[in-house]
Amino acid sequence: MTSEGHDPLNIIVCGVGGQGNILLSRMLGRVFQRRGFNVYIGETFGAAQRGGPVHSSLRVSRRRQYGPLIPAGRAHLVVGLEPMETLRALVEFGGEHTVVITNTRPVLPTGVLAGRAKYPPLDRLLDAIRRLSKKCWAIDVNELAMKLGSPLVTNTVLMGYLLGTGELPIELQEVEREVRDSFPPEKAELNLRGLRLGLDAIETDWAAI
Amino acid sequence: MMQRSELLLGNEAIARGALEAGVNFATGYPGTPSTEIMETILRVARERGIYAEWSINEKVACEVAAAGAFAGLTSISAMKNAGLSVALDFLTHLSLTGLGAQGGSMVVVVCDDPGAHSSGDETDSRWLARFLYAPLLEPSSVQEAKDVTRWAFHLSRENGCYVMIRSYTRLSHSSGILALDELPPVKDVKASLDAFNCLSPYLALPKHAKIVERLGRIQDLFEHSAFNSYEGPERPELLIVCSGSGYFCAKEAVELLGLEDSVGLLKLVTIWPFPRKFVRNHLQRARSILVVEEVDPVLETLVKETICDDCREMKTIWGKNSGHLPFYGEITPDLVLNALLRIGFGARSPSPCRKPCSEELANLLISRALSWCAGCPHRATFWALERAIRAERRGVYVTGDIGCYILDVFPEGKCQMKLLHAMGSGLGLASGLGQLRKFGAHQPIVSICGDSTFFHASIPALINAVYNGSNLLHIILDNSATAMTGFQAHPGVGYTALGEKAKKIEIERLCEALDVPVKVVDPFQLRATVKAMRELIRMDNGVRVLVSRRSCELLRMRSEKKKPFHVRVAPERCSGQNCAVCYRDLRCPAMCVDAEGKAWIREDACPGCGYCATICPFKAIIKEETNDE
Repeated sequence: MTSEGHDPLNIIVCGVGGQGNILLSRMLGRVFQRRGFNVYIGETFGAAQRGGPVHSSLRVSRRRQYGPLIPAGRAHLVVGLEPMETLRALVEFGGEHTVVITNTRPVLPTGVLAGRAKYPPLDRLLDAIRRLSKKCWAIDVNELAMKLGSPLVTNTVLMGYLLGTGELPIELQEVEREVRDSFPPEKAELNLRGLRLGLDAIETDWAAI
Repeated sequence: MMQRSELLLGNEAIARGALEAGVNFATGYPGTPSTEIMETILRVARERGIYAEWSINEKVACEVAAAGAFAGLTSISAMKNAGLSVALDFLTHLSLTGLGAQGGSMVVVVCDDPGAHSSGDETDSRWLARFLYAPLLEPSSVQEAKDVTRWAFHLSRENGCYVMIRSYTRLSHSSGILALDELPPVKDVKASLDAFNCLSPYLALPKHAKIVERLGRIQDLFEHSAFNSYEGPERPELLIVCSGSGYFCAKEAVELLGLEDSVGLLKLVTIWPFPRKFVRNHLQRARSILVVEEVDPVLETLVKETICDDCREMKTIWGKNSGHLPFYGEITPDLVLNALLRIGFGARSPSPCRKPCSEELANLLISRALSWCAGCPHRATFWALERAIRAERRGVYVTGDIGCYILDVFPEGKCQMKLLHAMGSGLGLASGLGQLRKFGAHQPIVSICGDSTFFHASIPALINAVYNGSNLLHIILDNSATAMTGFQAHPGVGYTALGEKAKKIEIERLCEALDVPVKVVDPFQLRATVKAMRELIRMDNGVRVLVSRRSCELLRMRSEKKKPFHVRVAPERCSGQNCAVCYRDLRCPAMCVDAEGKAWIREDACPGCGYCATICPFKAIIKEETNDE
């Protein structure tokens, strides 16, 4: 597993307001907390409600408590719910050790939708993401989530995919427990299915790498 | 017994500290990044017998909290940095009187916003503690935030004065693992009122003398506080003095450079009164000192004073004034790391981890400018205002205020507002602008504020304008919510912070009591709104008020699950690029353009308000009422 051996382990979860970014980073945080790690999460969510970028940074350590800010170039894992936000995180925090798990489905800024700005072509975005990281896993999570008929589970599908990559030393059961704790029962079921869906997607994906 | 621990926000930790200290009187005014402190207390207020309120503004919040303390209760008031400035007048006097002899306590929490993530400024509140003669504590981690808060209540009770805690975005909005202690049993608390606490000119001096004495006592306590700590070698080559955010940044920079054996870290939590003897003893460890703190050189100043007064030896002080750390913005581990390298510590640079990012790659990024939500009534009010102003052709001059409508001056807004300052200042400024006619300025004046802002600080300005005959139109954007911070109660909404029903204070009746002409419009009625705006602008005499009333769309969606309208574009009627009014000018996030330049609406983003159908000049946007299914 790539992320093992780093202490502190620095994880960035990024996306756009409304994508369930904060929940994803807290679930990860609690998994590590249960394992006895020191966990600290810095968040910028002031813009969460109005479509702005949302960015969480997790510091995970056996040795001590780290502050909420990751030094430049020192992210070990970037979990991106939106490809341009993944790149935004990498520009500052991407480096030799950075492994990326990213959604490929863009959330277009208002200005793009209204023809005032252009969203970069996806292949150029992914190329930039690869150039600023060590390794990149990319998948369209929204397409998978729509199989469950709900765009709301994109964050748990991505979490499942992340588990499947084996880039993070955590187990499915641990995450399932967090999902049950984080959602009301009817939504937990849906999200557990999302988790499985993401996990299974990796099987078909290995071939592509 | 195993101590329970939870992953909690810094703000939740502060609230938990207050709850563990037995807080029973809690007040505040919402403001990022402070809001979650009160919200956490409010969630358990009933079961824990706590009186809690969202006060009308921070000054009143502090007065209400102080009343609790005078009566022997345990009180807290929480606000953002700008709020402390509002409360300053009262807190100045409360410092002089103290909290009386009923054994009450009061903690004032102020949350600064270095980097101005969600504020109009990044003011450093630590200066104000000194100005206020108030003890100031600055925690640096989530756990410390709770522990410090608990202690602050004790400190307050023991010394009969309020205690300030300074938090900041990176603490308030960071989560860490918090060890929870038991909450005290809920008990019946008897308030008693017999304190004599008046200020007058002949009492001011003796009171001041007492404060000096009190601060001296607290300084002695701070000299021995276990919250202040030193880590590092006995005789470091460099001593870093730090607090708050600076601590983690400095520690990480030292670690990255492998300087643990040559650099010491002195972390301070008790900032004012400054524990000078304690600091002096540690300053003696090294000749070179680096001060690491966020925003202003507060510690740096205090360290220099201490050296000046108490140290025999000359020191070299690095920090902001030496040009090694910036005077503005957030502190980061990289900033400290670079400062250390520049002053010659860290012979080996850490392995260059960062992958170089070419300009070409960075240029792929486009901004995600914030805009009003789809269906927001503010968009409609500003749309109408733009039309009314254009029709008037007299260069109407607009002042703004603090709330969601500040998005008007963001890149996606209409940029109608020309002046934007503090809460309530829009109307105060307009009150002055409305007097400029005798100096030859004849532009009509319009000021804008929201409902919560109106109650917060606009009412005195309104009375000022009315009484002095200022010439202006004041528009109140009443969306029945303190929307920007998450829908906290205010006097116009009809319920209290504790969820109890209250009698709404009607903004228009309050204005009518001042004998000013008042109109109320629904901003979605475009024609009626423009007409009302123009009529009131043209009245051109004294103060006029327009209430533009429509509930925040997010609130409406919460209560009614269905869309009021199905809204779609009929492409055959859409004039595309030749018109573009809906996607180029209206800028609703649900409004899109296709490859041919024709408009289309994102179903998942459209709340079905139907406003776009109102503004389409070609009637190409069709809204159909949704049927009950």
